[in-house]
Amino acid sequence: MDLYEHQARELFEEHGILVPRAEVTDSPKEAREIARRLGGRVVVKAQVKTGGRGKAGGVKLAADPAAAEITARQILGMDIKGHTVGKVMLAQPVDIETEFYVSYVLDRAAGGFLAIASAEGGMEIEEIAATRPDAVARIPVDPAEGVTSAKAGEIAEAAGLPPQTVDVLVRLWEVLVREDALLVEVNPLVRTAQGQILALDGKVTLDDNARFRQARWGADTVEHDDALEATAAAKGLNYVKLDGEVGIIGNGAGLVMSTLDVVAGCGARPANFLDIGGGASAQIMADGLSVILSDPAVKSVLVNVFGGITACDAVADGIVRALDSIQLTKPLVVRLDGNNAARGRAILDDRAHPLVQQATTMDGAAQRAARLAAATA
Amino acid sequence: MAIYLTKESKVLVQGMTGGEGMKHTRRMLAAGTNVVGGVNPRKAGRTVDFDDRAVPVFGTVADGMRATGADVTVVFVPPAFTKAAVIEAADAGVQLAVVITEGIPVHDSVALTSYAKARGTRVIGPNCPGLITPGQANAGIIPADITKPGRIGLVSKSGTLTYQLMYELRDIGFSTCVGIGGDPVVGTTHIDCLAAFQDDPDTELIVLIGEIGGDAEERAAAYIRDHVTKPVVGYIAGFTAPEGKTMGHAGAIVSGSSGTAAAKQEALEAVGVGVGNTPTETARLVLECLAAKA
Repeated sequence: MDLYEHQARELFEEHGILVPRAEVTDSPKEAREIARRLGGRVVVKAQVKTGGRGKAGGVKLAADPAAAEITARQILGMDIKGHTVGKVMLAQPVDIETEFYVSYVLDRAAGGFLAIASAEGGMEIEEIAATRPDAVARIPVDPAEGVTSAKAGEIAEAAGLPPQTVDVLVRLWEVLVREDALLVEVNPLVRTAQGQILALDGKVTLDDNARFRQARWGADTVEHDDALEATAAAKGLNYVKLDGEVGIIGNGAGLVMSTLDVVAGCGARPANFLDIGGGASAQIMADGLSVILSDPAVKSVLVNVFGGITACDAVADGIVRALDSIQLTKPLVVRLDGNNAARGRAILDDRAHPLVQQATTMDGAAQRAARLAAATA
Repeated sequence: MAIYLTKESKVLVQGMTGGEGMKHTRRMLAAGTNVVGGVNPRKAGRTVDFDDRAVPVFGTVADGMRATGADVTVVFVPPAFTKAAVIEAADAGVQLAVVITEGIPVHDSVALTSYAKARGTRVIGPNCPGLITPGQANAGIIPADITKPGRIGLVSKSGTLTYQLMYELRDIGFSTCVGIGGDPVVGTTHIDCLAAFQDDPDTELIVLIGEIGGDAEERAAAYIRDHVTKPVVGYIAGFTAPEGKTMGHAGAIVSGSSGTAAAKQEALEAVGVGVGNTPTETARLVLECLAAKA
């Protein structure tokens, strides 16, 4: 889960990293009050989980509290790359002398974390890394040792950062470990004209798997851009909304992704990703079907299940019971294969629902679902 | 011969007395696996009856290994305790730790894989279905009755896609099928399995299944070019996955231009690996490849 800038700022502050004074609000009136508290002149920053805010007009300087209110009104509700701005952060402007870049990021190939640092922060680090790779230091961190002062010194020296940044590098590693983050990035880390090292903007990605031991980032911090995704999440479904017309239900993330691809290969567009996992109980099937059927874009639904541990007769039972509890309004193509497939197919044949069809192969099922979607379009 | 797991393997199950552990230990035994013990500090000294076999429970992995000569452990313990379980197994010197547990924090995966590696313990997973050498042994949750022993080696990030391909190619059969897991950090990679299959006389052809996220498939392609002489057939899932959205597996997330399914397919095809557009087409490529060899 990605954090908002203001949440990242809060974490940095808790871990003793200097940050600009700032407050968050969703109200232009309150923005004026905040600006007054912060000394009048403020930077108004849209809180969205995407890059390119500045270019989109989501970061603006306001000269006084009245201007802060006007600017906040302009930015709140703005659309930045599909994200609606719900909150703005107002921050005290900083007198920047130099900008740096520092981050710790998961290096999947190495199976560990990597420190990335550069004396040239502020602009896109990818661009610097691509054009002048020597300007960006990449130092692997031994997971057993972490970032000690000595290690931080090594990182700072390799990147050409001033020695005052060592303390920040150590504290930033503490943020990564204590908060179970997959990424902590400060860009820019600045040295002010007064000689302070300040984290001006930050990005933190937390590990959803660690939620059981990181209780304070509760469900309220999870953002669902889509109403269907929010409904599905409330039912505990692993659902992602897409832009197409063929609803998809399957078991196992890999098989469901593959099903999306096969449907796309038939010239149709998948409407969603929905992995019902190993269980595939009647309740999960009914919940999944009801979420998919409530998507007005859906024209047909494809259920693609390979019975591994899950037996296909249990899946078929689930579908039949789901059909009893919900109103099926769109054609449903079911492909059951693997463990107890014959029994599963017989159960669906016996139910003989007029809108339910069966296919014996994954490719054949995808073709049929695609054709049905095209016919109802 | 197969890779990593044979009928000679002696298997411990950490978390055997839990619900999943019980269910799958019974399945592993039914598939012929030599499960020699379970590990649970609170139930040490007891035995658990699985149909016709009584399996002893040990307090620690070290006790279990001393008593039985076990060289493999399968880990079913909950995510909060998995790191400690694998560290215990590595300290005891087990050769292979198969970590089925799903939902392990990445910091724990980093710690347990690097710790095990430093002590010479191979970790498969976490968040994986395990591995099966059909007709010999099954360590994990892969259904044993899909297929039979044969000459195809399979390595995959995804469980159900593994089952699908095993099913499509059930009449040819497999030497070993390894589900390495879809998490961002795993103990055994595609490359490790490619190297092992290359050296395995029972494996004639390798099927490599990948999915979006990371660059493991691109690295595997480079490895195939330099080190693998056996034919390899590939399949990649996730062409239609939108950028920046996680599709179930923590690892299956596309960000930026690298890690896309198209980039992976291109990398594999550039080194002569046939890549199927669907699982069925992938199976067809395998059959063609085997026919051309014969």
